Amino acid sequence: MQAPDDSTLTESGLAPSHRGRVLLLACGALAREILDLIEANGWTHLDLMCLPAILHNRPDRIPDAIRQAVARHRAEYETIHVVYADCGTGGQLARTCKELGLDLVEGPHCYSFFEGNKRFLDRAEDEISAFYLTDFLVRQFDAFVWKPLGLDRHPDLRDMYFGNYTKLVYQAQTDDPVLDARAQDCANRLGLAYERRLTGYGDLATTLESWAKP
Amino acid sequence: MADEDDDIILSELDDEELVQQMHDDLYDGLKEEIEEGVNILLERGWQPYDVLTKALVGGMKIVGDDFRDGILFVPEVLLAANAMKAGMFILKPLLAETGARTIGRMVIGTVKGDIHDIGKNLVGMMMEGAGFEVVDLGINNPVEDYLEALEREQADILGMSALLTTTMPYMKVVIDSLVEKGLRENYIVLVGGAPLNEEFGRAIGADAYCRDAAVAVETAKTLMARKHNQLAAG
Repeated sequence: MQAPDDSTLTESGLAPSHRGRVLLLACGALAREILDLIEANGWTHLDLMCLPAILHNRPDRIPDAIRQAVARHRAEYETIHVVYADCGTGGQLARTCKELGLDLVEGPHCYSFFEGNKRFLDRAEDEISAFYLTDFLVRQFDAFVWKPLGLDRHPDLRDMYFGNYTKLVYQAQTDDPVLDARAQDCANRLGLAYERRLTGYGDLATTLESWAKP
Repeated sequence: MADEDDDIILSELDDEELVQQMHDDLYDGLKEEIEEGVNILLERGWQPYDVLTKALVGGMKIVGDDFRDGILFVPEVLLAANAMKAGMFILKPLLAETGARTIGRMVIGTVKGDIHDIGKNLVGMMMEGAGFEVVDLGINNPVEDYLEALEREQADILGMSALLTTTMPYMKVVIDSLVEKGLRENYIVLVGGAPLNEEFGRAIGADAYCRDAAVAVETAKTLMARKHNQLAAG
């Protein structure tokens, strides 16, 4: 199974292939990483379905979107796991998953679980003015940050949005010089200092590993 | 709206038309036009309080309603807020001079660990526009800062804001501290921020969760009136 292009993952997500008995119901922003882990580990019993990643910008809509997807696909799979963290839902997604009897990834958001929840928490106090990007968000910076915030039309709004931030931390899932350069450019556009941090897949890998066990 | 307005000369409009035009200009985030409109109304002898409420707050109400209804989005609201801020910058010293009435005093700030202040700033501005005195503590406030400011300012209302699910629990820390010190009943506590909801507001012991700036203003007015009534009855 191949990930569609990033714009499709952002706007439409990814339909399940209906191969495998366990469905991973994920955010489109995680599609490449999950598919990579599935392939690398030979987890042929896992299928992947992604909701549009742009829900990241409207977290209040995530719980209902999950509920609808589960209602639609539950009968086709033995188990469904939700590959979201809290993701700005204020605990609502956890409540929805509990109600549906489903697991979700631990942590407040993907920035935390990519870095490792414990390490992210340890650093939290020193990094309150950090703005994070992942591989996906670097590739989709315009769609997730620049345009929705209106900075393409009104660059003067930069200070209102980012005036309290000091640095952009690029949490690199992969070692890719092209993405590194793009992330650096994102930092320049936002007027922030730049730091690249290679995280790999962090707690996402260990979580999927535990879910993949028979 | 802006396309229709290219040839409009604000000073040639009568008062009613000018106020209507200022609502449109606010909607379009036209800061310089708002400044000009405010100055024209003042030159015509309008009271600063009337300029504020009829031209600016009236216009922002439309912006707020359209934001709530999904017609306007955050960038447009921020541009409108910038325009209103420019108008208020002219009016503020005049309002102080004329001793415009104050409905109540609010201490507001973003909680510890959180640097997000867009919502807080909008609430502060709209509260000022509605006649409240606002003391803005800024971002990343520990409990001590809130307690100290509430006492120093003899505040009626505490407003707390958080954008992150990781920082919003800190609001409970502040409220619990007020309870421990026997001060909770002295203040109306309003909370807001994107990941919050009414259930959370109730669970942490706030008086109300406010989903946007307009709701914050209305809630503050209602609870202040109730407080005054209770004091009068007591």
